[in-house]
Amino acid sequence: MSQREDIKKTYKLYIGGKFPRTESGRYIKWVDANNKGAVNICRGSRKDFRNAMVTARDAFSGWCSRTAYNRSQILYRIGEILEGRRSQFANELILQGSSKKEAGNEINQSIDRLIYYAGWADKYQQIFSRVNPVASSYFNFSYPEPTGVVSALAPNNSSLIGLVSIVAPIIAGGNTVVVLASEEKPLCSITFAEVLHTSDVPGGVVNILTGYRSELLDHFSSHMDVNAIVYCGNESEEIKLIQENAALNVKRPIVYTDENWLSKNVQDPYRILNTLETKTTWHPVGI
Amino acid sequence: METFIHRIDQVGAQERVSRLFSRSIKKESKIDALNTVLSMIDLTTLEGKDSPGKVKQLCYKAAHLHDQFPNLPSVAAICVYPTMVPIAKKALENTNINVASVATAFPAGMTSLEYKLEEVKRVVVDGADEVDMVISRGKFLRGEYNYVSDEISLVKEACGQAHLKVILETGELVTLDNVRLASDLAMEAGADFIKTSTGKVSPAATPPVVLIMLEAIRDYYKKTGKKIGMKPAGGISKAKLAIQYLVMIKETLGQDWLDADLFRFGASSLANDVLMQIVKQSTGVYQSANYFSID
Repeated sequence: MSQREDIKKTYKLYIGGKFPRTESGRYIKWVDANNKGAVNICRGSRKDFRNAMVTARDAFSGWCSRTAYNRSQILYRIGEILEGRRSQFANELILQGSSKKEAGNEINQSIDRLIYYAGWADKYQQIFSRVNPVASSYFNFSYPEPTGVVSALAPNNSSLIGLVSIVAPIIAGGNTVVVLASEEKPLCSITFAEVLHTSDVPGGVVNILTGYRSELLDHFSSHMDVNAIVYCGNESEEIKLIQENAALNVKRPIVYTDENWLSKNVQDPYRILNTLETKTTWHPVGI
Repeated sequence: METFIHRIDQVGAQERVSRLFSRSIKKESKIDALNTVLSMIDLTTLEGKDSPGKVKQLCYKAAHLHDQFPNLPSVAAICVYPTMVPIAKKALENTNINVASVATAFPAGMTSLEYKLEEVKRVVVDGADEVDMVISRGKFLRGEYNYVSDEISLVKEACGQAHLKVILETGELVTLDNVRLASDLAMEAGADFIKTSTGKVSPAATPPVVLIMLEAIRDYYKKTGKKIGMKPAGGISKAKLAIQYLVMIKETLGQDWLDADLFRFGASSLANDVLMQIVKQSTGVYQSANYFSID
C-alpha cells in the first residue's frame, strides 16, 4: 500500500475576505525554528497593499454602521472560533520557536484579549463621550467616531498575540484595517485570517499581508486613503519615516513600543480610543 | 435596405478581448494614456433628480478637473437631459467643451417618431452640440430594420449641424450578431457615433460588445472611407479599464481613432479615478477620493 502524502497548507494573503497569492508572485522562504521544515510565505507588494486598501475602504461604511453590540458579538465570535483551533495554532507557535507551554499560554491570552475587546466594543462610546460646559444656551457634547481605514504594522517579535492585540481594538472601534503581519513569525497570521473568515467578520474589514516591513512601510504610511497608522516597534528611523509620511494627509500616527505582548499592560480601552476621532456637536437648548 | 448578417464568433471575441486586455501600459505611456482618456470623457449626469445646481456643478468640474494640475486637458463634453441643455450651455460659455443631450425619449425610446423629432429639434435650438438618440429596440428585435433605419435618418436630419450619436442599448439586443447588425444599420443611416448603452440597463458596455462595434466601424471605413466614432458608456469607472479600451481601439482601428472626435467614454465617476491615477503617477503616492471634488 502506498504511503499517503501530507497535504500542506499554502500560506497566502487575506484581502477582501479572500485568500489571494501576492500579485507579484514573490515568495519568502521561511524556515522553522528547528531548521527542519520550510514554507513559502507571500512577499506582499505595494500593489497588494493598494488592493487591500480598496477593499478596506469599501468595507468601512458597512462595518462602522453596524451596531456596537453587533461588533461586540463578532469579536466574541472570533474568540470562540480561535478556541476551537487551538491545536493548529499551537503547532505553528512551536514551529516558530515557542515551547508547548508558551504556546498554550499565548493562545489563552489571545482568546482572552479578544473577549476583553468584545466587552469594550459596546461600552467605550459611553465612557469616552461627554457633555461639555459652555457659556451659552447650547448642549455641547463630544463623542468618539471611527477614524476610517487604519494601516497597521504588527509587532515583529510576536506572532499571534501581537496581531490580535493590534487588530482587536482597531475593529472594535468600527474601523477597517490593513495589517502587515510579523516578518519573523508570519505563520499564525494567515491561520488567524481563516479564523476571521469563519467568524462573521465581513470581507475587507481585516486584511492581512505578509512580507518585508522595510519594503512596505513607506506605502503603509504615505497612502492618502489611510486615516491612521499603527506602528509596533522601536526603530527610530522607521518611526521618523511614518511620522513624516503621516503629515501628507494628516493621518494619525500611533506608535506602540511595547515589548511584552503577553502582558495585561498592553490592553486597555485607550487603545480603542487611539484610532477614533472626536466629534463635537452644538445643539441649541429650548428648541 | 440591404442588410448583411454577420455571424459573430462569440468565443473568439472574448479571447481577443482577453489578449488585448492583458497588455500592460507603464510610465510615460501610462500618463499619456490617462490624459487621453480625460480628453475623451463625456461627463454625464442622467438622473431624474438632476437639478440646475447639479448640472452647473458638473460643468464647473468639466472645466476645472483638478486645479492643482493646470496642464490637464478638459473633458470632451458634458451629457445631460434635454431640460438641462440651456443651463449647461450657459455654464460652459467660453470653454471648448461641448454640450451633449440625450433625446428621443431616452432611455426607453417608447414614444412616437413625431415627438422624438420634436425633442431633437428642441435640444438643438437650445444649443446642444451633440445629440445622443436611442434606437427602438423593440422594433429592432421584431425585425423591423427599415423602421429603425428610417428613424435614425430622420433624427439625423433633425439634428442639422449637431453630431448624432446612436445608442444601440446592447444590453437589450441579446446577441453579438444583433450588435453588429445594429451597428451597421446605424452607420448606414447616418450616425456620426455609435454608442453602446444608456447606462440604465445592465449589462452596459461590455468589452466584447465594444470590440464588435469597433470592428463594424473598421469594416464600414474600409467600405466607404467614412470615419464613424465610438462611445462605450455605462460601467466604465476605473482608469485601468479605460486604458484597456484605448489598447482595443488602437489595435482595431488605429491611431486616428485615439481622438476625442472619434472616441468618447460616457461616464460619471471615471474622471476622478483617472485624476487619482495621474496624481499618483506624478507624486508616487496612492490617492484618496477625499481629495477630489465630487462630480
